[in-house]
Amino acid sequence: MAQFRTCPDTGLYFHKSAESLIKANAVAAAVALLVAGVLGLLVVLTRWQAVHLLPADQFYMALTAHGIDALIFWIIFFEMAVLYVASSVLLRSRLATPFWGWVQFVLMLVGAIMTNWAIFQGNSSVMMTSYAPMQAAPHFYLGLILFAVGALIGCFVFFGTLVVAKQEKTYDGSIPLVTFGAVTAAIIAVFTIASGAIILVPTFFWSIGYISHIDAEMYRIVWWGMGHSSQQINVAAHVAIWYLIAGLVFGARPMSEKVSRSAYLLYILFLQLACAHHILVDPGVSAEWKVFNTSYAMYLAVLASMIHGLTVPGSIEVAQRAKGFNNGLFEWLRKAPWDNPVFSSMFISLVTFGFLGGITGVVMGTEQINLIIHNTIYVPAHFHATVVTGTTMAFMGVTFFLIPVLFRRQMILPGLAKLQPYIFGGGMTILILFMLGAGTLGVSRRHWDMDFTGAALGFDYPGMAYTLMGIGAFGGVIGVVGGAAFLLITVGSLLFGKKLEPSAGLLQSFGVPLAASCYTDERPAILPRAAAAEGHHGSSFEAPGTFVLALVLLVTFVVYYFINWKYLASVWQLS
Amino acid sequence: MTSFMPPAERIWWKVPVGREEIVWILIALTWCLIMFFMMPYWHIYGKQNLSNEAYQTTPAKYGAKVQEGIDQHKVGEEAGVPIVHPPAGSDVYMLGRLWQWWPILELEKDKTYRLHLSSMDWQHGFSVQPININMQVVPGYEMVLTVTPDQAGEYGVVCNEYCGIGHHTMVGKIYVKE
Repeated sequence: MAQFRTCPDTGLYFHKSAESLIKANAVAAAVALLVAGVLGLLVVLTRWQAVHLLPADQFYMALTAHGIDALIFWIIFFEMAVLYVASSVLLRSRLATPFWGWVQFVLMLVGAIMTNWAIFQGNSSVMMTSYAPMQAAPHFYLGLILFAVGALIGCFVFFGTLVVAKQEKTYDGSIPLVTFGAVTAAIIAVFTIASGAIILVPTFFWSIGYISHIDAEMYRIVWWGMGHSSQQINVAAHVAIWYLIAGLVFGARPMSEKVSRSAYLLYILFLQLACAHHILVDPGVSAEWKVFNTSYAMYLAVLASMIHGLTVPGSIEVAQRAKGFNNGLFEWLRKAPWDNPVFSSMFISLVTFGFLGGITGVVMGTEQINLIIHNTIYVPAHFHATVVTGTTMAFMGVTFFLIPVLFRRQMILPGLAKLQPYIFGGGMTILILFMLGAGTLGVSRRHWDMDFTGAALGFDYPGMAYTLMGIGAFGGVIGVVGGAAFLLITVGSLLFGKKLEPSAGLLQSFGVPLAASCYTDERPAILPRAAAAEGHHGSSFEAPGTFVLALVLLVTFVVYYFINWKYLASVWQLS
Repeated sequence: MTSFMPPAERIWWKVPVGREEIVWILIALTWCLIMFFMMPYWHIYGKQNLSNEAYQTTPAKYGAKVQEGIDQHKVGEEAGVPIVHPPAGSDVYMLGRLWQWWPILELEKDKTYRLHLSSMDWQHGFSVQPININMQVVPGYEMVLTVTPDQAGEYGVVCNEYCGIGHHTMVGKIYVKE
């Protein structure tokens, strides 16, 4: 018999097994974030040429582990928790096959530990991309394969839960938009993991000597079918969280279910093409292939993100105006709860993802422009805007919400929690902006020494490149302080936060269910449809402030895009 | 009444869409199409395009071609690396290997060359600085760039694809003479 408890504060229902799995995955994610953050600090302190902390071998080892722990283990563990929340919790459904849910968790945990172990043994410093023919130890690949199999199982537990919810009629009407976004993420995850299997399984056999040769270009193309698509899982997931937080904090409803869901559909149809972003200056692929794929077939996935960029803040504006914040264009935004870290994290995520991550991504993914950006430090600057200030901050925001609701602990250090999104977001934004600048000056990514110590032939970067890298690294240190504050608040709350009723002890924070008396066998009431909206759709705009903000984004986008064409036109002629 | 509840209307796909969303979608779609057509436009009118000319090769075959180029056109040596001054308009060969760009090229300003690139071992990144032109160099593939250096000077070739512990020492040179 499935057992549920109700959260007395929010009215959300938690299925006992789902609750435990969500906690376990979230805690594993936090551990990965801790490891990734410490390594990130070591990396920025090494690339800060005046500090130049680590020797070369340790730098490349730390950079490999930083990439994998942050981009894969932190984010995907957290996404498993998001999938279970979006299916079981939001639909008031029991989780399908909790047993397989635990298989997901254990496989991912074993895989994560195995790959980290391989890296820290020192002979797998191959970067996250592990480009063949550079070879890592066999258990480096095996760990990633186990992790991916676990994630795939998690996706199917999620799909199974949707089937259960539908059959047992736990909700009325269609699934909520947030769940729809999670479905998008899970569908993309399935074909992402398929790409990963196609390349990592043969690479594993190559590493143990059963296959003699892996073609380096084929590896790149198929690997990026996983590597880039997995970032699109993050986009789908964090956009779903933007909608969720808009709903939680403001009671916002989607401006149009049809528009938002169609935008998600565009993600499913077109995001997978983006593996081409990494192949634009490679040998052996045609211009036609590059143009079609790098633009997601005429930028239709970019269109989807631009739509969400309007509808997420637009839904907040409509909700705020309905509460009476109607003065001028921006009173709704000024009067938003800027001291609530759930909201401020989400809003910084939205703005930085659009203005920094989105614009730079499209610019450097333009076929010809890529040749002035490929493999410079501009690239990590871009993806720190998408996955750190974008995805990670969205996940941090929802974590602040989950501490009392899921873990039943009052958050400690509320003053620090108010500041945390600004410290983390501000520091990382400095890192991103100045690394973008250094990349424009040609500074290489994944490079231990911009002085080229010991090289037979030298090259001197301009002094400005050193200055930009130094300021960027300083921003990175502030970002690490913000990340540490996040972990201090969240882990500290689980350990020392005031217990809320029904209360949770230490073990409960790691996945052990609460006291049996908290749960009942009674099925939750059927999840009703949202109350009908009052008729807004007239001739006037519902969210004029958001529309103006969207136009600001567009103008920035257009100007920056053509500046880069101009910059391209100044380099040597190539044909 | 929120984003995490089922839509209010059972037939939600028939609810009319608000005007600002329609306007924004049209603006955004227009911009997406402009960005898309900029790429073919630049192929026709722009001066910086990649030829996509490439051949499968092997390190042994490619290494022999590079050596032939050095034997024919060597004009000097710097730090143990041969300097090659190929005739304008000709095929020019450079290779990347752990941890060298080989040989040094001496080119003439405003002359066009067919520059061949490949790797002898792992992947490398051909990054010409400070002009900031970046190419991926992949073992087993010989890429041909038709390049016209239009500014004289001394250029560094930094490796910007991680290639192991000596990665940071992998620097080559291109001289562009008036």
